[in-house]
Amino acid sequence: MIVADRKSLQEILAMVADKKKILILGCKGCVTVCNVGGLKEVEILAASMKIARKKEGNDIDIDIQVLERQCDTEYVAGIRDVVGNYEAAVSLACGVGPQFLSEMYKDQTFYPGVNTTFFGGAVQHGIWEERCAGCGSCAIHNFGGLCPIARCAKSLMNGPCGGSSKGVCEVNKDTLCIWDAIVKKKMESGRLDDLIGVKPIKSWKTARDGGPRRSIREELVQGNI
Amino acid sequence: MRLSYPADIKIIQVPCTGRVDILHLLNAVEDGADGVYVAGCLEGECHYISGNLKARKKVAYVKKTLTEIGIEPERVEMFNLSSAQGARFAEIAREMTDRIRQLGPSPIKKKSHAA
Repeated sequence: MIVADRKSLQEILAMVADKKKILILGCKGCVTVCNVGGLKEVEILAASMKIARKKEGNDIDIDIQVLERQCDTEYVAGIRDVVGNYEAAVSLACGVGPQFLSEMYKDQTFYPGVNTTFFGGAVQHGIWEERCAGCGSCAIHNFGGLCPIARCAKSLMNGPCGGSSKGVCEVNKDTLCIWDAIVKKKMESGRLDDLIGVKPIKSWKTARDGGPRRSIREELVQGNI
Repeated sequence: MRLSYPADIKIIQVPCTGRVDILHLLNAVEDGADGVYVAGCLEGECHYISGNLKARKKVAYVKKTLTEIGIEPERVEMFNLSSAQGARFAEIAREMTDRIRQLGPSPIKKKSHAA
């Protein structure tokens, strides 16, 4: 899923400091799963903002809505009739949400209430880790199912580097050296030779280096399926 | 026991403090409560295993949020006592009332009265 962190209350308050009536929009997708932009988080943010503004003697009227997904125009269209009733809106979806909203409702301003961070998963309750860099040409099977692009600080395709010490990355003591883990896994399974073969140089055209990406599924575009 | 405790406390009963939500506490503050406290069972004696421990974490979250807003976090508190400790219940009620009296009315209430 896409993982995000909520912006600080002060940062969000500053964004809408001159507004009196706003809409906070949650999303039932990834940000609900990573506990940052679902119904509960939207309600907590609304209550916290109302308290802060009341304290300043500058009350704010806040309505909330949680869309099924903010990355699908059919759900974004669901607020068509009400979106004009507000001076501004705060989206707690990943960076896709405020963009889809801004594209559909050109007269409204949508502020991002979260910082979108990475594609990852929860390794324990409350802790998420990056697992995928979205490079567009997956080859994790070559590395024992562990992605060196997303999980090596240098995205090395032939590691480990000299900064690997006792299985930990020199960049951050909380980061596992994924190349240490890859080599260990290959040794344990008796397949260390897999790493000796020379692999073709990775093409980064499919990654962000090739500019913004687009995925087209012809059969869906034509409506055949 | 017929113990008396301050009359300005409004009691909201829940089956277990695990039912208390961050929003319940925030909404009370938002509506102008000068203070809110949660009276849960003694730690380790929750009938539902961890309801009171969860409530403590939620109280801590609300304290953090209030601090961020610039409201005294002491206005929200968690207490633990057993249902057999009636005297302690009255004592906590007085303790919390005294604390809030020292802090004064909620800054939210003051502003809305002024307006």
